[in-house]
Amino acid sequence: MRYLPKSPAEREQMLKAIGAKAIDDLFAIIPAEYRLTRDLDVPRQQGESEIVSYFKAAGQKNATDYASFLGAGCYRHYRPVVIDSLVQRGEFLTSYTPYQAEITQGTLQAIFEFQTMIAELTGMDVANASMYDGSTGAAEAVLMAMRVTGRQKAVVASTVHPEYREVLQTYLRYRDLPTAEIGYVAQTGRVDMNALAAGVTDETAAVLVQSPNFFGVIEDIPAIAEIAHKKGALLIVSIAEAVSLGIVRPPVEADIVSMEAQSFGVALSYGGPFCGVIAAKEQYLRQMPGRLAGQTVDGNGNRGFVLTLSTREQHIRREKATSNICTNQALVALMATIFLTVYGKEGIRELAEHNLAKAAYAAKTLSAQPGAKLLFKDSPRFHEFVLHTQEPSAQWSQRLLDEKIVGGLDLGRWYPELKNATLWCATEVTARETIDHAAKVLAAAPVEA
Amino acid sequence: MAATVEQIERKTLGKVRPHQTQNEGLVFEKSAPGKRGYKLPPLDVPEVDAKAALGAAYREEKAGLPELSEIEIIRHFTRLSTWNYAIDLGMYPLGSCTMKYNPRVNEYVARIEGLADAHPYRPESLAQGILEVIDLLQRCLIEITGMDAITLQPAAGAHGEFTGILLVRAWHESRGNARRKIIIPDSAHGTNPATAAICGYQVENLKSNAQGGIDLEALERQVDEDTAALMLTNPSTLGVFENEIHKIADILHAKGALLYMDGANMNALVGKVRPGDFGVDVMHLNLHKTFSTPHGGGGPGSGPVACKEFLEPFLPTPVLVRRVESASQVPKGEGPGAPSVSLHWEFNRPQSVGRVRAFYGNTGMFIRALAYILANGPDGLRQTTEDAVLNANYIRKNLEELYDLPYKTPSMHEVVFSDKRQAAKGVKTGDIAKRLIDYGFHPYTVSFPLIVHGALMIEPTESESLEELDLFIDAMRSIAKEVEETPELVKSAPHSTRVSRLDEVQAARKPALRWRPEAK
Repeated sequence: MRYLPKSPAEREQMLKAIGAKAIDDLFAIIPAEYRLTRDLDVPRQQGESEIVSYFKAAGQKNATDYASFLGAGCYRHYRPVVIDSLVQRGEFLTSYTPYQAEITQGTLQAIFEFQTMIAELTGMDVANASMYDGSTGAAEAVLMAMRVTGRQKAVVASTVHPEYREVLQTYLRYRDLPTAEIGYVAQTGRVDMNALAAGVTDETAAVLVQSPNFFGVIEDIPAIAEIAHKKGALLIVSIAEAVSLGIVRPPVEADIVSMEAQSFGVALSYGGPFCGVIAAKEQYLRQMPGRLAGQTVDGNGNRGFVLTLSTREQHIRREKATSNICTNQALVALMATIFLTVYGKEGIRELAEHNLAKAAYAAKTLSAQPGAKLLFKDSPRFHEFVLHTQEPSAQWSQRLLDEKIVGGLDLGRWYPELKNATLWCATEVTARETIDHAAKVLAAAPVEA
Repeated sequence: MAATVEQIERKTLGKVRPHQTQNEGLVFEKSAPGKRGYKLPPLDVPEVDAKAALGAAYREEKAGLPELSEIEIIRHFTRLSTWNYAIDLGMYPLGSCTMKYNPRVNEYVARIEGLADAHPYRPESLAQGILEVIDLLQRCLIEITGMDAITLQPAAGAHGEFTGILLVRAWHESRGNARRKIIIPDSAHGTNPATAAICGYQVENLKSNAQGGIDLEALERQVDEDTAALMLTNPSTLGVFENEIHKIADILHAKGALLYMDGANMNALVGKVRPGDFGVDVMHLNLHKTFSTPHGGGGPGSGPVACKEFLEPFLPTPVLVRRVESASQVPKGEGPGAPSVSLHWEFNRPQSVGRVRAFYGNTGMFIRALAYILANGPDGLRQTTEDAVLNANYIRKNLEELYDLPYKTPSMHEVVFSDKRQAAKGVKTGDIAKRLIDYGFHPYTVSFPLIVHGALMIEPTESESLEELDLFIDAMRSIAKEVEETPELVKSAPHSTRVSRLDEVQAARKPALRWRPEAK
């Protein structure tokens, strides 16, 4: 086996040194009736070229030459080449969690830089070293708010990503922690403020909203914050599209921000691994879940970094920890850090402007087709929009697929009232000709439709 | 004062000698307005007046991100990388963490077009390739564990524990009573009690017996109709196989409680014995341990949960299902009557615990883990386990005369010593660990498991050659000697790193968690 660095003679030599006759002597403690006496029924050992061929074939079977307008919490952005060059350095790739600070300063400093960038982007004071993803991060943020406030109820906007809400329900269900869902205004696609004001009470720990929300609409964060804070509840803003922060005002009125950083240079990879992160106001630091890197000095006064405030964490506090999280998404956070360094202060703005322009053009072009109209038309948006069509979406979706275009995502799956409404996303990599092409296909409804 | 030639010593210690590392400031300190590391193509659609489009939602002040050129970015992160120790440099004997070789073909195949750029909401008809990968990995893991069903959704080991305990809870609830407590041995990982707590259970500690294993009598006394499950790591965190595992399972099952296995130490079992065969009801795996996906400085991981058939209805949604279309439905030209199999996500599962993560899990890690399984095959997987156990026992044999071995039970894939002898000289496990750095090794796991005072937890994995093992043993012997002769040298280690021991108290007392520009 090519990964195993021992010759048969060396194995014999080692067994002899140990005082064992055969390797199975070392497994003698396992009761005989449970020992596996056959080969595992898995594919036979394969050469590297066979493995590459297998996965290439799988990739091709996935159909690679389709253009796509899918977004919905997973966004296609260009990934600068240097990201993979750098994260594949073995010193980053094959290093463990930096508990031994003297020989992991590289990872620790990079995390510190990540924390700083996230704090800068979100307008929060502090950010952690990462969470699994945006969905679990949002759920952990709600639990964090419950610890901070000592209250048990959460109010959640229905415009938060439906899968994020499902995850939240899973996290809360078995602890008898009730949540109330607040709907949206049909004309604007924004949180229904009257319902929110009525739904937030003295028992509400947190209000969770997403902005831009699942429809791509930017919520009125200052107004929502006012309602939450009036009753002593914390405001949690979930951000699924991190690139929006290049041009959208950061949610500075929030108490906690839970963000999915996938857009910062992370491949789609059929939904993961991504990179969640929690940022917050400084006063809530001690209730934050997850790892934190902090600056300090060594015995000679040199600047250095360590994992800190670990008395919040499971390996110290066990059942009293702020979360059970251990492994996070460190290498993906490094990708995000490199991405943000490549684009930098000006680039992230310019990138966001491109996304805004592409989506504006796509929204205008597609909604101009016969039978199509833009929902939530007058609300501020970033790079996603909801299109309503007279023709059932299943029909034109198929026509688009025939042209090798994956169209917008059917919203009826999660919002039954939004029949024939689809969520479209255009980013800097969406070509104008693809948009024009899709518009033509959309217009070409059969006469009887 | 200029040094003489004699003073410039390039001294070898163990397998290392010093070399230069570059200084490098924070990325923000290298920034200067006007530098660029990117170039966007010209916009092919009309520009938008962002301020007008966004109104009050427009961001006036740009975020304080750095501005650097590409060469500076490469140097910055490359310099940082050289300050890290890594498996690629040498042995990384962190007990419980399974720091094995991360094959490069895994990285290559995870980036293949069609896999890396697949959107999770693409139609299933365009995703059959990735679904086949997921399906094959699921079947392999079910076979390896001897369980009946699996979910790959959990993002890491602790997330898998959470999912597994939710399954336990949902099953009990379906029988009318969620029950109140989870029993956890005092040797367990910290994630176990933390998980039980977030699933709404009370944690009851189970004291280990004199051999460091489960005390069957104590367990029997503790398990009652209020016990939901025992969370057991097998082999234990001492690296010891619970040879009375079937009795443990029987005690639990007799009271209607379940056996949860923390699969962190599965690297000691693959191909030799299957948890499903020895009474485990539900367990998680760590793809980033046993199945070679890289730790990446702390993640990403992946924590699949495998279970017995009776727990299958409770698995998180969605679940991957195979649909076999009969030969008559297959279009002509696709072979004479061959049945066609297609894969689909099934969402309608009324008894499910719900989702634990958006989308389907850390798919990129699935690809890597499957590549590892394919590279090994059944014979390679078994040999891997055997080598891992051989390596740990070789270290044990060679160090047990110098370091106290609190539990003499046979070791599997890791061995746990204590610092008892060295502590008599005032040297603690943490000091020995730091001194190992000077010898060119990453430290072992320090002060864990908690049932061993001053623990040195050593897991070499199968990835170490005899030469590297001997160098490690030499280093540990040399340090033992230093403890006798020059304890101060060990207590003040490491001496060869860029930074010396860092002030953790200051870091925690006055947290500086982000860079801020100096006041102008």
